[in-house]
Amino acid sequence: MKRNKSVLLSTPYILWMVAFTLIPLGVVCYYALTDPANGSFTWNNLRQLGMYLPVFGQSILYSLVSAFICLLLGYPVAYYIAHRTPVMQKILYMLVMLPMCMSFLLRTLAWVGLLQDTGIINNLLAAIGLPRLKLIRTPAAVVLGMVYNYLPYMILPLYSVIVKIDHRLIEAAEDLGCNGVQVFGRVILPLSVPGIVSGMTMVFVPAVSTFYISQKLGGTETVLIGDVIERQFKQGNNPNLGAALSLLLMVLVFVCTGILNRFAGDDGEEAVIV
Amino acid sequence: MKKIVSFVLAVCLAFGSLLAGCGGGEDDVTLYVYNWGQYIAEGDEGSLDVIAAFEDRYPNIHVQYSTYDSNEIMYSKLAGGGITVDVIIPSDYMIGRMIQEGMLEELNFDNIPNYQYIDETFRNTDYDPENKYSVPYTWGTVGIIYNTKYVDEADVTGWELLWNEKYAGKILMFDNSRDAFGVAQYLLGYDVNTTDETQLQACADKLAEQKPVVQQYVMDQIFSAMENEEAWIAPYYAGDYLTMAEENPDLAFYFPKEQGFNIFIDAMCIPTCCQEKEAAELFINFLCDPEISGANMDYLGYSTPESAAKAYMDPEIASNPIAYPDDETLAKAGSFSYLPGDTSRYMESLFMTVRNG
Repeated sequence: MKRNKSVLLSTPYILWMVAFTLIPLGVVCYYALTDPANGSFTWNNLRQLGMYLPVFGQSILYSLVSAFICLLLGYPVAYYIAHRTPVMQKILYMLVMLPMCMSFLLRTLAWVGLLQDTGIINNLLAAIGLPRLKLIRTPAAVVLGMVYNYLPYMILPLYSVIVKIDHRLIEAAEDLGCNGVQVFGRVILPLSVPGIVSGMTMVFVPAVSTFYISQKLGGTETVLIGDVIERQFKQGNNPNLGAALSLLLMVLVFVCTGILNRFAGDDGEEAVIV
Repeated sequence: MKKIVSFVLAVCLAFGSLLAGCGGGEDDVTLYVYNWGQYIAEGDEGSLDVIAAFEDRYPNIHVQYSTYDSNEIMYSKLAGGGITVDVIIPSDYMIGRMIQEGMLEELNFDNIPNYQYIDETFRNTDYDPENKYSVPYTWGTVGIIYNTKYVDEADVTGWELLWNEKYAGKILMFDNSRDAFGVAQYLLGYDVNTTDETQLQACADKLAEQKPVVQQYVMDQIFSAMENEEAWIAPYYAGDYLTMAEENPDLAFYFPKEQGFNIFIDAMCIPTCCQEKEAAELFINFLCDPEISGANMDYLGYSTPESAAKAYMDPEIASNPIAYPDDETLAKAGSFSYLPGDTSRYMESLFMTVRNG
């Protein structure tokens, strides 16, 4: 009886998964293995992927760097929020979420307006007699865009893990003679590993497949794999190669998150955002 | 500014048509028009709102208007299938390709009496030799737009300006394969309609060589970049230059006559995924009305294929030497014609390699 109920309850979700995840995934595989000109079976799209390995490498590098910077910036923020009063926590939590209420495209475009050669920052510099800086269309600008856009995805899971750390453990460590640094290094940090892993994943996955940020903030050389895929569908008229690239990207994302999750050990499961 | 205004208008239009859709009668039809971005007068800056005027004349037709950045993007979308589009406005070479691939409907010219106003020069073209599939909307040329404040006139000698390292990071380039290859082909002295793969490869190498000095590969983003001087040099369509020059008078336009430059025709067609062919023909006919065409071209800056429309245009625009170059200049122009599918695909994949490499 109980078993029947759970099947019934999970049916909508299973249908959803089949319709919007499994079937599309099948379509992606189908496209990846067919020829753009005549629709016959071919390995050609997959063979061409080798050419794009440097772009894959570049995308992974950029998003790992961004994820690490997010961690460095996000951890103290999450720690700070977790140690405020409950009301304060709610307010700060809302503030972190607030930028996500505005369109991601608009926020990135706002950075263009700030950073470009004739943008607000450079115009200010020029007005006070300083030379203009090369801010936009640099690798740093792309990383900045990623960090800015995905930082909340780091802070929120970290916060939800840190806030649940049992305070008695910290007190015990202090009673047993740990100083502040030792308490952090031996108790708090290990206990927040699940949050770190989940935060890293939540930043890394969208960053590695982004295309808009690199197009707006990057130069002609900062091409990410998301740009290449988007272009195959939009201008290149080669959805088959686009599908093959998406498949490889998916595999690489799985591998990378798999490696990350190994660090989490058995607690990895709990790290999913609450 | 113009972009913001047109965006707001587009939003209003979208909401307006949603509301209108609720109260509509049974014979109401929705006409899906898919056109280049910034390619119809929309009522801003005192211009005529062409679509609103059409809906006023035919109250039972509601236009759903959407835009694309390049012929290639439009083609990919239609070739992908699964959508309804009633009217498109591609360029010459793309019309040729779509005719060959059976993607266009033959037009019923009984519904398009205003076709009579189309000048003789724009009939029986290479891409549609029997005038069965297309009705010219505009024509124009491709040249180099540059900012006289930053670019030394002595450097403005031809297409090589787009490779000049002195202006590295301030040069924009076409973000579509055919126009980008066209620039390289004119520079290298090749035929723009070649199917020779070694020549195409040489063009791709030339474009790859240009990449380090290119700020961005753009289409419609060119407007803001050139107007606010973020970029100084760009190859683009003469009609859009005229629009930009209104915002920034320091911009100038140059025809690389010695090397050759491109002249194009954009024409209205009905794709095979059309659902409302008759309404689509009414729309095409409406745009060919000399009075409407004149008002539309005044705003667009592109050149009209109907001499009759010039009577309704601002005389200064109707005689502008950049929109209507003299015969000596026009004699130096080349034009794109249809390329075989294999060549198009090869060119596209080479361009992707340039962009992604």
